[in-house]
Amino acid sequence: MSILHTVNKSPFEKSSLDSCLKYAKGGSAVLLYEDGVYAALKGTNMEDKVKSAAQGIKFYVLGPDLKARGIADDRVIDGIAIVDYAGFVDLSVESDKVSAWV
Amino acid sequence: MSEEMMEGEVVKKFMYINRRAPYGSIYALESLEVVLIGAAFDQDVSLAFVDDGVFELKKDQETAGIDMKNFSPTYRALEMYDVEKLYVSKESMDARGLTVDDLIVDVEVKTDAELADLFDDQDVIFSF
Repeated sequence: MSILHTVNKSPFEKSSLDSCLKYAKGGSAVLLYEDGVYAALKGTNMEDKVKSAAQGIKFYVLGPDLKARGIADDRVIDGIAIVDYAGFVDLSVESDKVSAWV
Repeated sequence: MSEEMMEGEVVKKFMYINRRAPYGSIYALESLEVVLIGAAFDQDVSLAFVDDGVFELKKDQETAGIDMKNFSPTYRALEMYDVEKLYVSKESMDARGLTVDDLIVDVEVKTDAELADLFDDQDVIFSF
């Protein structure tokens, strides 16, 4: 039974992503959106944590929120898939349930 | 406290500390509004960008896809309001993988210890 975890808070300001990663099991998915997209940025002090979590969890990031914040695609950690709003909907539908770490 | 009299008006040193990323909350935009008000009263205005506030100054923001106003060009216009003292925290930039080349305006990079001294030197501090 797969869960889509969504995180919309900056990992530098809130513990939402940390909490999410504590409970996200292997095979589940994490979608970063709104200020959550900063977790997808290369070269930060969160990068190692995200990369290590990405070994067992598939990470997605919402493209329009990256663009709004001036983060080019090549600044996104390799292996994190960039999706649009339609992709967000698809992920929600394909998953058994959604857990929002607001 | 340093209050100098200019043409009978009191000029105070105002520091605006910006700690939030843009768009995820209203803080960044509201701070800008208040900064422009302070500038209109010919006060001695400084802005510091620390923690996620450094993301406010990221270049290349394009907000059409999220249906919000891109207010980042306003930081470039601050100069016209004689708001020229912009500081960013070195530690905050480093933690977020940013360099001055990522920023939309010219800033002075300060360590947090230097910023603490700067804050000490102000008459008024606004936090956003």
